Amino acid sequence: MRHLLSAKDLSHDEAVAILDTAATMAATQQREIKKLPPLRGKTIVNLFFEDSTRTRISFEAAAKRLSADVINFSAKGSSVSKGESLKDTAQTLQAMGADGVIIRHAASGAPYRLATSGWIDAPVINAGDGKHQHPTQALLDAYTMRRHLQGENAGGADLSGFRVLVVGDVLHSRVARSNVDLLHTLGAHVTLVSPPTLLPVGVDRWPCAVSYDLDGAIAQGVDAIMMLRVQRERMSAAGGGFFPSPQEYSRKFGLDRNRLAALGPDALVMHPGPMNRGLEISAEAADSAQAVILEQVTNGVAVRMAVLYMLLGGSEGATGGAA
Amino acid sequence: MTSGTPARSGTERVVLDSSDISRALTRIAHEIIERNNGSADVVLLGIPTRGADLARRLGERVLQADERTDPLADVVGSIDITLHRDDLRRHPVRAIEPTTIPPAGVDDKIVVLVDDVLFSGRTVRAALDAVSDVGRPRAIQLAVLVDRGHRELPIRPDYVGKNLPTAAAEHVRVRLAEIDGVDEVAIDRTIGEDV
Repeated sequence: MRHLLSAKDLSHDEAVAILDTAATMAATQQREIKKLPPLRGKTIVNLFFEDSTRTRISFEAAAKRLSADVINFSAKGSSVSKGESLKDTAQTLQAMGADGVIIRHAASGAPYRLATSGWIDAPVINAGDGKHQHPTQALLDAYTMRRHLQGENAGGADLSGFRVLVVGDVLHSRVARSNVDLLHTLGAHVTLVSPPTLLPVGVDRWPCAVSYDLDGAIAQGVDAIMMLRVQRERMSAAGGGFFPSPQEYSRKFGLDRNRLAALGPDALVMHPGPMNRGLEISAEAADSAQAVILEQVTNGVAVRMAVLYMLLGGSEGATGGAA
Repeated sequence: MTSGTPARSGTERVVLDSSDISRALTRIAHEIIERNNGSADVVLLGIPTRGADLARRLGERVLQADERTDPLADVVGSIDITLHRDDLRRHPVRAIEPTTIPPAGVDDKIVVLVDDVLFSGRTVRAALDAVSDVGRPRAIQLAVLVDRGHRELPIRPDYVGKNLPTAAAEHVRVRLAEIDGVDEVAIDRTIGEDV
Protein backbone atom coordinates (compact mmCIF):
# COMPACT_ATOMS: atom_id res chain seq x y z
CA MET A 1 0.00 0.00 0.00
CA ARG A 2 1.84 3.10 -1.23
CA HIS A 3 -1.09 5.47 -1.79
CA LEU A 4 -4.65 5.52 -0.51
CA LEU A 5 -6.72 6.48 -3.54
CA SER A 6 -9.83 4.35 -3.28
CA ALA A 7 -11.52 2.17 -0.68
CA LYS A 8 -11.76 -0.44 -3.41
CA ASP A 9 -7.96 -0.85 -3.45
CA LEU A 10 -7.89 -2.10 0.15
CA SER A 11 -7.77 -5.82 0.72
CA HIS A 12 -9.66 -7.30 3.65
CA ASP A 13 -6.45 -7.73 5.65
CA GLU A 14 -5.24 -4.22 4.88
CA ALA A 15 -8.56 -2.71 5.91
CA VAL A 16 -8.62 -4.67 9.18
CA ALA A 17 -4.99 -3.68 9.85
CA ILE A 18 -5.89 -0.01 9.41
CA LEU A 19 -8.84 -0.37 11.82
CA ASP A 20 -6.62 -2.14 14.36
CA THR A 21 -3.96 0.55 14.08
CA ALA A 22 -6.66 3.19 14.42
CA ALA A 23 -7.78 1.55 17.67
CA THR A 24 -4.29 1.85 19.15
CA MET A 25 -4.07 5.44 17.90
CA ALA A 26 -7.44 6.23 19.48
CA ALA A 27 -6.18 4.87 22.80
CA THR A 28 -3.24 7.29 22.72
CA GLN A 29 -5.65 10.18 22.20
CA GLN A 30 -7.13 9.66 25.67
CA ARG A 31 -3.80 10.64 27.20
CA GLU A 32 -2.77 14.01 28.50
CA ILE A 33 0.11 14.07 26.00
CA LYS A 34 -1.46 13.24 22.66
CA LYS A 35 1.57 13.78 20.48
CA LEU A 36 3.51 10.78 19.17
CA PRO A 37 6.89 10.90 17.42
CA PRO A 38 6.80 8.54 14.39
CA LEU A 39 6.51 11.18 11.63
CA ARG A 40 8.96 13.64 13.16
CA GLY A 41 10.74 15.57 10.43
CA LYS A 42 8.21 14.66 7.70
CA THR A 43 6.31 17.33 5.82
CA ILE A 44 2.72 16.66 4.83
CA VAL A 45 0.83 18.91 2.46
CA ASN A 46 -2.91 19.35 2.73
CA LEU A 47 -3.80 20.12 -0.87
CA PHE A 48 -7.42 21.23 -0.86
CA PHE A 49 -8.89 22.36 -4.16
CA GLU A 50 -12.40 22.15 -2.73
CA ASP A 51 -13.90 23.60 0.43
CA SER A 52 -13.72 21.40 3.47
CA THR A 53 -13.61 22.09 7.14
CA ARG A 54 -13.77 18.85 9.02
CA THR A 55 -11.73 16.67 6.69
CA ARG A 56 -8.92 19.20 6.41
CA ILE A 57 -8.83 19.88 10.14
CA SER A 58 -9.02 16.17 10.86
CA PHE A 59 -6.07 15.38 8.61
CA GLU A 60 -4.15 18.33 10.02
CA ALA A 61 -4.77 17.20 13.59
CA ALA A 62 -3.82 13.61 12.71
CA ALA A 63 -0.56 14.66 11.05
CA LYS A 64 0.37 16.98 13.90
CA ARG A 65 -0.38 14.35 16.55
CA LEU A 66 2.19 12.18 14.75
CA SER A 67 4.71 15.07 14.86
CA ALA A 68 4.68 15.80 11.13
CA ASP A 69 4.87 19.35 9.83
CA VAL A 70 1.73 20.34 7.97
CA ILE A 71 1.44 22.80 5.13
CA ASN A 72 -2.10 23.80 4.23
CA PHE A 73 -2.72 24.69 0.65
CA SER A 74 -6.18 25.76 -0.38
CA ALA A 75 -7.03 26.73 -3.91
CA LYS A 76 -8.60 29.98 -2.83
CA GLY A 77 -5.99 32.69 -2.57
CA SER A 78 -3.31 30.45 -4.04
CA SER A 79 -1.57 30.27 -7.37
CA VAL A 80 -4.38 27.99 -8.55
CA SER A 81 -6.67 31.00 -8.68
CA LYS A 82 -4.06 32.51 -10.98
CA GLY A 83 -4.46 29.54 -13.31
CA GLU A 84 -1.74 27.15 -12.19
CA SER A 85 -2.31 23.55 -13.28
CA LEU A 86 -2.38 20.51 -11.00
CA LYS A 87 0.90 19.40 -12.55
CA ASP A 88 2.70 22.64 -11.74
CA THR A 89 1.28 22.71 -8.22
CA ALA A 90 2.43 19.12 -7.67
CA GLN A 91 5.90 19.79 -8.99
CA THR A 92 6.19 22.84 -6.75
CA LEU A 93 5.30 20.69 -3.75
CA GLN A 94 7.82 18.08 -4.86
CA ALA A 95 10.50 20.75 -5.08
CA MET A 96 9.61 21.88 -1.55
CA GLY A 97 10.20 18.35 -0.28
CA ALA A 98 6.72 17.14 0.60
CA ASP A 99 6.80 13.63 2.12
CA GLY A 100 3.07 13.06 1.75
CA VAL A 101 0.21 14.76 -0.06
CA ILE A 102 -3.40 14.77 1.04
CA ILE A 103 -5.57 15.93 -1.81
CA ARG A 104 -9.19 16.94 -2.17
CA HIS A 105 -10.33 17.90 -5.63
CA ALA A 106 -13.64 18.53 -7.37
CA ALA A 107 -12.57 16.35 -10.29
CA SER A 108 -12.98 12.59 -9.90
CA GLY A 109 -9.63 10.92 -10.44
CA ALA A 110 -7.41 13.91 -9.59
CA PRO A 111 -5.65 11.98 -6.78
CA TYR A 112 -5.07 9.05 -9.11
CA ARG A 113 -3.56 11.38 -11.69
CA LEU A 114 -1.33 12.89 -9.02
CA ALA A 115 -0.18 9.50 -7.77
CA THR A 116 0.52 7.88 -11.12
CA SER A 117 1.75 10.74 -13.27
CA GLY A 118 5.30 10.80 -11.94
CA TRP A 119 4.97 14.47 -11.00
CA ILE A 120 5.59 13.70 -7.37
CA ASP A 121 7.26 10.86 -5.42
CA ALA A 122 5.33 11.18 -2.18
CA PRO A 123 2.45 8.95 -1.13
CA VAL A 124 -0.92 10.43 -2.07
CA ILE A 125 -3.99 10.20 0.13
CA ASN A 126 -7.36 10.88 -1.39
CA ALA A 127 -9.41 13.16 0.87
CA GLY A 128 -12.36 13.19 -1.51
CA ASP A 129 -12.38 13.53 -5.27
CA GLY A 130 -15.50 14.69 -7.08
CA LYS A 131 -18.18 12.02 -7.07
CA HIS A 132 -15.64 9.22 -6.90
CA GLN A 133 -14.12 8.21 -3.55
CA HIS A 134 -13.49 9.35 0.01
CA PRO A 135 -11.65 6.37 1.49
CA THR A 136 -10.76 7.77 4.92
CA GLN A 137 -14.43 8.64 5.50
CA ALA A 138 -15.37 5.02 4.79
CA LEU A 139 -12.60 3.82 7.10
CA LEU A 140 -13.77 6.01 9.96
CA ASP A 141 -17.36 4.89 9.39
CA ALA A 142 -16.26 1.25 9.45
CA TYR A 143 -14.16 1.89 12.55
CA THR A 144 -17.11 3.52 14.33
CA MET A 145 -19.38 0.62 13.40
CA ARG A 146 -16.85 -1.99 14.47
CA ARG A 147 -16.28 -0.29 17.81
CA HIS A 148 -19.99 -0.31 18.60
CA LEU A 149 -21.06 -3.56 17.01
CA GLN A 150 -18.02 -5.70 17.91
CA GLY A 151 -17.03 -4.05 21.19
CA GLU A 152 -13.93 -2.21 22.35
CA ASN A 153 -11.53 -5.12 21.97
CA ALA A 154 -12.39 -5.85 18.38
CA GLY A 155 -8.80 -6.29 17.18
CA GLY A 156 -8.74 -8.39 14.03
CA ALA A 157 -12.53 -8.38 13.62
CA ASP A 158 -14.40 -7.26 10.52
CA LEU A 159 -18.08 -6.44 9.98
CA SER A 160 -19.25 -9.84 8.73
CA GLY A 161 -22.98 -10.28 8.86
CA PHE A 162 -23.93 -6.76 9.88
CA ARG A 163 -26.63 -4.97 7.91
CA VAL A 164 -25.99 -1.37 6.92
CA LEU A 165 -28.38 1.03 5.17
CA VAL A 166 -26.91 3.90 3.18
CA VAL A 167 -29.74 6.34 2.55
CA GLY A 168 -30.09 9.33 0.28
CA ASP A 169 -28.18 11.08 -2.44
CA VAL A 170 -26.01 8.25 -3.72
CA LEU A 171 -25.58 9.86 -7.13
CA HIS A 172 -23.45 12.75 -5.87
CA SER A 173 -21.89 10.91 -2.97
CA ARG A 174 -18.28 9.78 -2.88
CA VAL A 175 -18.94 8.74 0.71
CA ALA A 176 -21.52 6.21 -0.47
CA ARG A 177 -19.17 4.76 -3.10
CA SER A 178 -16.28 4.36 -0.67
CA ASN A 179 -18.54 2.90 1.99
CA VAL A 180 -20.11 0.34 -0.33
CA ASP A 181 -16.65 -0.83 -1.41
CA LEU A 182 -15.13 -0.98 2.06
CA LEU A 183 -18.16 -2.40 3.89
CA HIS A 184 -18.43 -5.09 1.24
CA THR A 185 -14.73 -5.92 1.69
CA LEU A 186 -15.28 -6.17 5.43
CA GLY A 187 -18.19 -8.55 4.99
CA ALA A 188 -21.14 -6.29 5.81
CA HIS A 189 -24.41 -6.43 3.88
CA VAL A 190 -25.10 -2.99 2.41
CA THR A 191 -28.41 -1.73 1.07
CA LEU A 192 -28.61 1.61 -0.72
CA VAL A 193 -31.93 3.38 -0.25
CA SER A 194 -32.58 6.27 -2.58
CA PRO A 195 -35.05 7.73 -5.05
CA PRO A 196 -34.27 6.30 -8.51
CA THR A 197 -33.26 9.76 -9.71
CA LEU A 198 -30.44 9.91 -7.15
CA LEU A 199 -28.90 6.55 -8.07
CA PRO A 200 -26.04 6.50 -10.58
CA VAL A 201 -26.08 4.50 -13.79
CA GLY A 202 -24.53 1.11 -13.21
CA VAL A 203 -25.45 0.86 -9.53
CA ASP A 204 -26.76 -2.65 -10.25
CA ARG A 205 -23.15 -3.77 -10.61
CA TRP A 206 -22.12 -2.48 -7.16
CA PRO A 207 -21.66 -5.10 -4.44
CA CYS A 208 -24.83 -4.08 -2.60
CA ALA A 209 -28.61 -4.24 -2.70
CA VAL A 210 -30.77 -1.30 -3.80
CA SER A 211 -34.17 -0.25 -2.51
CA TYR A 212 -36.52 2.67 -3.11
CA ASP A 213 -38.46 2.05 0.08
CA LEU A 214 -36.86 3.20 3.33
CA ASP A 215 -39.57 1.83 5.63
CA GLY A 216 -39.40 -1.57 3.96
CA ALA A 217 -35.59 -1.64 4.25
CA ILE A 218 -35.74 -0.69 7.94
CA ALA A 219 -38.29 -3.43 8.56
CA GLN A 220 -35.75 -6.06 7.47
CA GLY A 221 -33.49 -5.24 10.40
CA VAL A 222 -30.65 -2.74 10.50
CA ASP A 223 -27.43 -2.56 12.54
CA ALA A 224 -26.38 0.86 11.28
CA ILE A 225 -28.06 3.49 9.14
CA MET A 226 -26.00 6.09 7.34
CA MET A 227 -27.86 9.19 6.20
CA LEU A 228 -26.18 10.92 3.27
CA ARG A 229 -26.26 14.66 2.89
CA VAL A 230 -28.49 15.96 0.12
CA GLN A 231 -25.84 17.81 -1.82
CA ARG A 232 -27.84 20.86 -2.80
CA GLU A 233 -24.73 22.63 -4.08
CA ARG A 234 -24.50 19.97 -6.76
CA MET A 235 -28.12 20.50 -7.78
CA SER A 236 -29.98 23.52 -9.06
CA ALA A 237 -32.61 25.18 -6.86
CA ALA A 238 -35.31 23.13 -5.10
CA GLY A 239 -33.87 19.75 -5.89
CA GLY A 240 -32.97 20.46 -9.49
CA GLY A 241 -35.38 17.90 -10.87
CA PHE A 242 -33.99 15.09 -8.73
CA PHE A 243 -37.02 15.17 -6.47
CA PRO A 244 -40.27 17.20 -6.53
CA SER A 245 -39.67 19.13 -3.31
CA PRO A 246 -37.49 18.98 -0.19
CA GLN A 247 -40.63 18.22 1.82
CA GLU A 248 -41.42 15.17 -0.26
CA TYR A 249 -37.82 13.97 -0.09
CA SER A 250 -37.84 14.37 3.65
CA ARG A 251 -41.14 12.50 3.97
CA LYS A 252 -39.97 9.53 1.90
CA PHE A 253 -36.24 9.33 2.68
CA GLY A 254 -35.67 11.41 5.83
CA LEU A 255 -34.89 9.82 9.18
CA ASP A 256 -37.80 11.08 11.27
CA ARG A 257 -39.21 10.11 14.66
CA ASN A 258 -41.24 7.15 13.43
CA ARG A 259 -38.39 5.64 11.47
CA LEU A 260 -36.03 6.18 14.40
CA ALA A 261 -38.47 4.20 16.57
CA ALA A 262 -38.75 1.49 13.91
CA LEU A 263 -34.97 1.11 13.85
CA GLY A 264 -34.91 0.11 17.48
CA PRO A 265 -32.54 1.46 20.12
CA ASP A 266 -29.49 -0.59 19.09
CA ALA A 267 -29.12 0.60 15.51
CA LEU A 268 -26.42 3.19 15.00
CA VAL A 269 -27.43 6.48 13.39
CA MET A 270 -24.59 7.89 11.30
CA HIS A 271 -24.05 10.90 9.09
CA PRO A 272 -20.84 12.04 7.40
CA GLY A 273 -21.72 15.69 7.99
CA PRO A 274 -22.45 18.45 7.53
CA MET A 275 -26.11 17.69 8.23
CA ASN A 276 -29.15 19.28 6.67
CA ARG A 277 -31.32 19.03 9.76
CA GLY A 278 -34.95 18.64 8.83
CA LEU A 279 -34.13 17.38 5.33
CA GLU A 280 -32.37 14.01 5.40
CA ILE A 281 -32.27 13.72 9.19
CA SER A 282 -34.52 15.11 11.89
CA ALA A 283 -33.03 16.94 14.84
CA GLU A 284 -34.50 14.23 17.05
CA ALA A 285 -32.60 11.50 15.26
CA ALA A 286 -29.39 13.53 15.02
CA ASP A 287 -29.39 14.24 18.76
CA SER A 288 -30.61 10.81 19.86
CA ALA A 289 -28.57 8.56 22.13
CA GLN A 290 -27.94 6.11 19.30
CA ALA A 291 -26.48 8.79 17.02
CA VAL A 292 -22.70 8.47 16.72
CA ILE A 293 -22.23 11.47 14.44
CA LEU A 294 -19.84 13.37 16.70
CA GLU A 295 -17.97 10.18 17.50
CA GLN A 296 -17.41 9.73 13.76
CA VAL A 297 -15.56 13.05 13.82
CA THR A 298 -13.45 11.97 16.81
CA ASN A 299 -12.67 8.62 15.22
CA GLY A 300 -11.72 10.40 12.00
CA VAL A 301 -8.56 11.71 13.63
CA ALA A 302 -7.51 8.26 14.88
CA VAL A 303 -8.25 6.62 11.52
CA ARG A 304 -6.28 9.28 9.63
CA MET A 305 -3.40 8.89 12.08
CA ALA A 306 -3.43 5.18 11.28
CA VAL A 307 -3.43 5.82 7.52
CA LEU A 308 -0.63 8.40 7.75
CA TYR A 309 1.43 6.11 9.96
CA MET A 310 0.98 3.13 7.65
CA LEU A 311 1.84 5.11 4.51
CA LEU A 312 4.64 7.28 5.90
CA GLY A 313 5.87 5.57 9.07
CA GLY A 314 8.18 3.02 7.50
CA SER A 315 11.22 3.14 5.31
CA GLU A 316 11.08 4.85 1.94
CA GLY A 317 9.31 2.69 -0.61
CA ALA A 318 8.88 -0.16 1.86
CA THR A 319 5.59 -1.89 1.35
CA GLY A 320 6.14 -5.00 3.49
CA GLY A 321 2.49 -5.92 3.88
CA ALA A 322 -0.30 -3.86 5.35
CA ALA A 323 0.86 -4.11 8.92
CA MET B 1 7.40 -17.09 15.34
CA THR B 2 6.42 -20.66 16.00
CA SER B 3 3.84 -22.07 18.32
CA GLY B 4 3.59 -25.50 19.82
CA THR B 5 6.82 -27.47 19.70
CA PRO B 6 9.60 -25.19 18.58
CA ALA B 7 11.54 -26.05 15.47
CA ARG B 8 14.99 -26.03 17.01
CA SER B 9 17.88 -26.03 14.59
CA GLY B 10 21.03 -28.04 15.20
CA THR B 11 22.99 -24.88 15.94
CA GLU B 12 20.94 -24.09 19.05
CA ARG B 13 22.02 -24.63 22.63
CA VAL B 14 19.48 -24.33 25.43
CA VAL B 15 20.86 -22.24 28.28
CA LEU B 16 17.79 -21.82 30.48
CA ASP B 17 15.00 -24.35 30.82
CA SER B 18 11.55 -23.94 32.24
CA SER B 19 12.56 -24.33 35.90
CA ASP B 20 15.54 -21.97 35.45
CA ILE B 21 13.20 -19.32 34.07
CA SER B 22 10.71 -19.88 36.87
CA ARG B 23 13.42 -19.57 39.56
CA ALA B 24 14.86 -16.45 37.95
CA LEU B 25 11.45 -14.76 37.87
CA THR B 26 10.75 -15.66 41.50
CA ARG B 27 14.12 -14.24 42.53
CA ILE B 28 13.54 -11.03 40.54
CA ALA B 29 10.09 -10.64 42.14
CA HIS B 30 11.68 -10.80 45.59
CA GLU B 31 14.43 -8.40 44.56
CA ILE B 32 11.82 -5.90 43.35
CA ILE B 33 10.04 -6.04 46.71
CA GLU B 34 13.29 -5.80 48.63
CA ARG B 35 14.70 -2.90 46.65
CA ASN B 36 11.48 -0.89 46.86
CA ASN B 37 10.62 -1.67 50.51
CA GLY B 38 7.48 -3.53 49.48
CA SER B 39 5.49 -3.47 46.30
CA ALA B 40 2.81 -0.88 47.11
CA ASP B 41 3.92 1.66 44.49
CA VAL B 42 5.31 -0.78 41.97
CA VAL B 43 3.83 -0.97 38.46
CA LEU B 44 5.24 -3.59 36.08
CA LEU B 45 5.10 -2.59 32.42
CA GLY B 46 6.03 -5.27 29.91
CA ILE B 47 7.36 -4.51 26.45
CA PRO B 48 5.31 -6.54 23.94
CA THR B 49 5.23 -9.23 23.06
CA ARG B 50 7.25 -11.49 25.35
CA GLY B 51 8.03 -8.77 27.87
CA ALA B 52 4.30 -8.37 28.45
CA ASP B 53 3.97 -12.06 29.32
CA LEU B 54 7.02 -11.90 31.59
CA ALA B 55 5.57 -8.83 33.33
CA ARG B 56 2.36 -10.75 33.99
CA ARG B 57 4.29 -13.66 35.52
CA LEU B 58 6.45 -11.31 37.60
CA GLY B 59 3.32 -9.48 38.76
CA GLU B 60 1.76 -12.72 39.99
CA ARG B 61 4.92 -13.54 41.93
CA VAL B 62 5.25 -10.04 43.39
CA LEU B 63 1.63 -10.10 44.62
CA GLN B 64 2.09 -13.57 46.08
CA ALA B 65 5.43 -12.80 47.76
CA ASP B 66 4.14 -9.53 49.19
CA GLU B 67 0.90 -11.27 50.31
CA ARG B 68 -1.38 -8.95 48.38
CA THR B 69 -4.74 -9.78 46.87
CA ASP B 70 -5.00 -6.84 44.46
CA PRO B 71 -6.13 -7.67 40.94
CA LEU B 72 -3.20 -8.30 38.61
CA ALA B 73 -4.43 -5.57 36.24
CA ASP B 74 -3.76 -2.97 38.96
CA VAL B 75 -0.02 -3.70 39.01
CA VAL B 76 0.75 -5.05 35.54
CA GLY B 77 0.46 -3.40 32.14
CA SER B 78 2.16 -3.31 28.79
CA ILE B 79 3.70 -0.45 26.86
CA ASP B 80 4.09 -0.26 23.11
CA ILE B 81 7.38 1.21 21.97
CA THR B 82 6.88 0.96 18.20
CA LEU B 83 6.09 4.64 17.69
CA HIS B 84 9.18 5.64 19.69
CA ARG B 85 11.72 3.42 17.93
CA ASP B 86 14.76 5.11 16.42
CA ASP B 87 14.83 2.74 13.45
CA LEU B 88 11.25 3.16 12.16
CA ARG B 89 12.49 4.59 8.90
CA ARG B 90 14.85 1.70 8.22
CA HIS B 91 12.14 -0.95 8.16
CA PRO B 92 8.76 -1.54 6.60
CA VAL B 93 5.90 -0.21 8.68
CA ARG B 94 5.61 -2.08 11.96
CA ALA B 95 2.35 -3.05 13.58
CA ILE B 96 1.60 -1.21 16.80
CA GLU B 97 1.23 -3.34 19.92
CA PRO B 98 -1.32 -2.59 22.63
CA THR B 99 -0.53 -0.32 25.55
CA THR B 100 -2.41 -1.06 28.74
CA ILE B 101 -1.74 1.05 31.79
CA PRO B 102 -3.16 0.12 35.22
CA PRO B 103 -6.14 2.33 36.08
CA ALA B 104 -4.23 4.30 38.73
CA GLY B 105 -1.71 5.41 36.09
CA VAL B 106 2.04 5.69 36.54
CA ASP B 107 2.35 9.14 38.11
CA ASP B 108 4.59 8.96 41.22
CA LYS B 109 4.79 5.17 40.95
CA ILE B 110 7.87 3.02 40.60
CA VAL B 111 7.66 1.63 37.08
CA VAL B 112 9.57 -1.57 36.41
CA LEU B 113 10.01 -2.09 32.67
CA VAL B 114 10.12 -5.77 31.77
CA ASP B 115 11.65 -7.27 28.64
CA ASP B 116 12.95 -10.64 27.60
CA VAL B 117 16.41 -9.78 26.24
CA LEU B 118 18.56 -6.71 26.87
CA PHE B 119 20.89 -6.20 23.91
CA SER B 120 21.64 -2.78 22.37
CA GLY B 121 19.45 -0.91 24.85
CA ARG B 122 17.56 0.85 22.06
CA THR B 123 14.27 -0.81 22.91
CA VAL B 124 14.60 0.37 26.49
CA ARG B 125 15.40 3.90 25.37
CA ALA B 126 12.22 3.88 23.30
CA ALA B 127 10.31 2.50 26.28
CA LEU B 128 11.58 5.32 28.50
CA ASP B 129 10.16 7.82 25.99
CA ALA B 130 6.90 5.89 25.79
CA VAL B 131 6.52 5.89 29.58
CA SER B 132 7.05 9.64 29.78
CA ASP B 133 4.13 10.03 27.38
CA VAL B 134 1.74 8.37 29.82
CA GLY B 135 2.94 10.03 33.01
CA ARG B 136 5.79 10.89 35.33
CA PRO B 137 6.82 7.96 37.51
CA ARG B 138 8.87 8.50 40.69
CA ALA B 139 11.44 6.09 39.33
CA ILE B 140 11.85 3.71 36.40
CA GLN B 141 13.68 0.42 36.83
CA LEU B 142 14.49 -2.32 34.34
CA ALA B 143 14.05 -6.07 34.67
CA VAL B 144 15.20 -8.45 31.94
CA LEU B 145 15.25 -12.21 31.72
CA VAL B 146 18.52 -12.24 29.78
CA ASP B 147 21.27 -9.64 29.53
CA ARG B 148 23.39 -10.58 26.54
CA GLY B 149 25.65 -7.51 26.50
CA HIS B 150 26.64 -5.41 23.47
CA ARG B 151 25.06 -2.21 24.75
CA GLU B 152 24.96 0.73 22.35
CA LEU B 153 23.46 3.18 24.84
CA PRO B 154 24.18 4.05 28.49
CA ILE B 155 21.46 1.79 29.88
CA ARG B 156 21.81 -0.90 32.54
CA PRO B 157 19.33 -3.35 34.03
CA ASP B 158 18.31 -3.35 37.72
CA TYR B 159 17.17 -6.96 37.76
CA VAL B 160 18.67 -9.68 35.57
CA GLY B 161 17.51 -13.28 35.22
CA LYS B 162 20.78 -14.40 33.67
CA ASN B 163 23.86 -12.69 32.27
CA LEU B 164 24.60 -14.44 29.02
CA PRO B 165 27.90 -13.57 27.35
CA THR B 166 27.31 -13.82 23.60
CA ALA B 167 28.96 -12.94 20.36
CA ALA B 168 27.20 -10.12 18.52
CA ALA B 169 26.41 -12.44 15.61
CA GLU B 170 24.71 -15.03 17.81
CA HIS B 171 20.98 -14.99 18.50
CA VAL B 172 19.27 -15.38 21.81
CA ARG B 173 15.89 -17.02 21.42
CA VAL B 174 13.49 -16.64 24.31
CA ARG B 175 10.48 -18.92 24.10
CA LEU B 176 7.56 -18.59 26.48
CA ALA B 177 4.70 -20.98 27.00
CA GLU B 178 2.11 -18.25 26.29
CA ILE B 179 3.42 -17.69 22.76
CA ASP B 180 5.74 -20.56 21.85
CA GLY B 181 4.26 -23.40 23.86
CA VAL B 182 7.45 -23.95 25.86
CA ASP B 183 9.61 -22.05 28.35
CA GLU B 184 13.27 -21.90 27.36
CA VAL B 185 16.15 -19.64 26.40
CA ALA B 186 18.53 -20.82 23.69
CA ILE B 187 21.58 -19.44 21.94
CA ASP B 188 21.63 -19.87 18.19
CA ARG B 189 24.97 -19.62 16.42
CA THR B 190 23.58 -19.27 12.91
CA ILE B 191 24.44 -15.94 11.42
CA GLY B 192 21.61 -14.01 9.91
CA GLU B 193 18.80 -11.58 10.65
CA ASP B 194 17.96 -11.06 14.29
CA VAL B 195 14.36 -11.55 15.26
